[in-house]
Amino acid sequence: MELLSGADMIARFLQDEGVERIYGYPGGAALHIYDALFRQDKVKHILVRHEQAATHAADGYARASGKPGTVLVTSGPGATNAVTGIATAYMDSIPMVVLCGQVASHLIGEDAFQETDIVGVTRPIVKHSFAIKHPSEIPEVLKKAYYLAATGRPGPVVVDIPKDMTAPTERYEYVYPKKVKIRSYNPVTRGHSGQIKKAVDMMLKARRPVFYTGGGIVTSGASENLTALVKRLGFPITTTLMGIGSYPQTDAQSLGWLGMHGSYESNMAMHHADLIIAIGARFDDRVTNNTSKFCPTAKIVHVDIDPSSISKTVRADVPIVGPADSVINEMISLLQGREMANAEALPEWWTTIDGWRAEREGKLYEASQPGERLKPQEVIEAVYHITRGEAFVTTDVGQHQMFAAQYYKFDKPNRWITSGGLGTMGFGFPAAMGIKQNFPDDVVVCFTGEGSFQMMMQELSTCKQFGTGVKIINLNNGTLGMVRQWQDLNYKSRHAHSYVESLPDFQKLIEAYGFTALKVEHHDELDAALERTFADNDELVFLDIDVDPREHVYPMQVPLGAMRDMLLSKTERT
Amino acid sequence: MRHIISILLENEPGALSRVVGLFSQRNFNIETLNVAPTEDPSLSRLTVTTEGDDRVIEQITKHLNKLIDVVKLVDLTEGNHIERELMLVKVKALGASRDEVKRTVDIFRAQIVDVTPSVYTVQITGDAGKLDAFVQAMAPIGILEVARTGVSGISRGDKILSL
Ligand SMILES: Cc1ncc(C[n+]2csc(CCOP(=O)(O)OP(=O)(O)O)c2C)c(N)n1
Ligand SMILES: [Mg+2]
Repeated sequence: MELLSGADMIARFLQDEGVERIYGYPGGAALHIYDALFRQDKVKHILVRHEQAATHAADGYARASGKPGTVLVTSGPGATNAVTGIATAYMDSIPMVVLCGQVASHLIGEDAFQETDIVGVTRPIVKHSFAIKHPSEIPEVLKKAYYLAATGRPGPVVVDIPKDMTAPTERYEYVYPKKVKIRSYNPVTRGHSGQIKKAVDMMLKARRPVFYTGGGIVTSGASENLTALVKRLGFPITTTLMGIGSYPQTDAQSLGWLGMHGSYESNMAMHHADLIIAIGARFDDRVTNNTSKFCPTAKIVHVDIDPSSISKTVRADVPIVGPADSVINEMISLLQGREMANAEALPEWWTTIDGWRAEREGKLYEASQPGERLKPQEVIEAVYHITRGEAFVTTDVGQHQMFAAQYYKFDKPNRWITSGGLGTMGFGFPAAMGIKQNFPDDVVVCFTGEGSFQMMMQELSTCKQFGTGVKIINLNNGTLGMVRQWQDLNYKSRHAHSYVESLPDFQKLIEAYGFTALKVEHHDELDAALERTFADNDELVFLDIDVDPREHVYPMQVPLGAMRDMLLSKTERT
Repeated sequence: MRHIISILLENEPGALSRVVGLFSQRNFNIETLNVAPTEDPSLSRLTVTTEGDDRVIEQITKHLNKLIDVVKLVDLTEGNHIERELMLVKVKALGASRDEVKRTVDIFRAQIVDVTPSVYTVQITGDAGKLDAFVQAMAPIGILEVARTGVSGISRGDKILSL
């Protein structure tokens, strides 16, 4: 029998759970835990420069690896700084465990120094939370936290740990719990066979089917199965912003992604479809536009692990609660030896879709000329080519994020890393840092904007400490571009506080941390700068590129319209 | 439509706040809420009455089920059920109205459980409609204070809500 203090139990548990790296920042209430981490060397601790960055870094790691990220912060301000990152993970269903120090039990409720009711503060943005009541329950509670974070519909779990629970003087028996049971939590392991059969029959009878798949495919690792199913049927597929990479985007059956800034052909295909097969997607408002005008002729099959996502905003005709992987598998086996009822319909549908594709081909944006400022779109395309489409790509939030989603093509899941649900500016850089530290051999690119980057740029210091070679591509339009776009469209170009005056000299700033920074002002300088940026995969390089500030992101769905109602450029509209 | 949802909830600190928080967070409406321990000390039973169309009620039950602390729940209004609420009311009981209060109490099969020279304290149980009717009947005489427990309920017959 092994006797350990609460703090040592935490360190030991993390080792036994196979956690390699945690992201954190110390403070009074967490110091026993930090001391326990100091006295071991299996679990590596990455000291960030702001707790929000710890959550984004752990989140980035989780999105790239499919495993839960781990965060350790102190009570009060440490914990509240982590809140934005917890909400970011929650909105995108990312598995994460956040260990928060708390003031000693006897002080709770007394407004003690650095006391915050973090369980209360985070209640609406966690999958679940725990407060440790006795040191002996630490192994079991931590196991439950990881189990909940990673299974079913994943999400962040907060564990509140009062300082006295980790006191070095009190020791209790430690056993690593291999398994835990939570009586009220039994995520479904397969979908209802009758419903799946019904869905398959509908697929075979469809004339204008579309797959619409989301982040659920990525988080559940169902991409391979999905690809097999879509190939088997020959249907078109569009994904959500979060589902990018769940099906190879360079494949002919891929229509790109859909929604507010989705591709013309995706939104048109959805609008005209007679069957939508939604898997691991949640029909959110950035996808559906006006739900009362949404896909008027379509029947809807909706597969999701979370029953509350089904028929939440758009009613499903065939709801299937179950994990994407097993449901898709069952669909594939039910399809064996069967054929489409209307063999001629699908080729006709493809002819229509190819017509939509052709309409927009070559008209997506106007390229810059030599000597001119670059267009943000062409920068993304150039980065796509130089990285051969194989990088991990993180983004911040704004126009650059949408351009990155549109012009970098992903053939694999877990490579496109963006804050979709919460849209958190500041996410991209720390997320890239978290990924690079765990996947040092891969190329990790962060597309950012001069607005977003300044929200988390202190992490340059962390990258310096840990030698983290991320590539930061700053699409510098000197403005809060997405805000400005909305102001152009809805407020007669009254640019209220969307202009970022007094930007720093990014080159000097980056150099102050000892890194290389390059500036690109014109079209002609891009290629050489990219060569230099990607020359050494271990080196952090910041590429500050002046891009055309007047550029808008198109297509853009018209507010309150149907899927097909889009602005296609500053002068064209569907 | 009005629904009565009965929930078996882990008897854990914070569990109740998750349920209540869910309602406010998602803009669901709570009309009454009643919570107490059950025969199993690890479980509380919580009953909530809420208003909403089928879509809203479906969302409420799905989201409640998603809470880790919710062990089981039933929408009692989907089947035959018994609904009860208890109310304590202080009414003015002076002069001629003393008798009238007494008569009304008898009609409603309520009980007077405390008496002073000027006040009767009445206890009444029943469904929410009956309690509302009693309040209406007493209003002209003078209600001084009302304390209602909120609705509690159980299915009729052999059907049970348990682990
Ligand atoms: C933390 C946070 N605050 C505010 C916003 C609202 N917002 C969305 S995009 C945007 C502008 C982003 O500017 P920049 O990073 O320069 O990107 P650009 O749109 O110019 O490419 C703002 C302010 C947000 N998404 N996140
Ligand atoms: Mg900008």
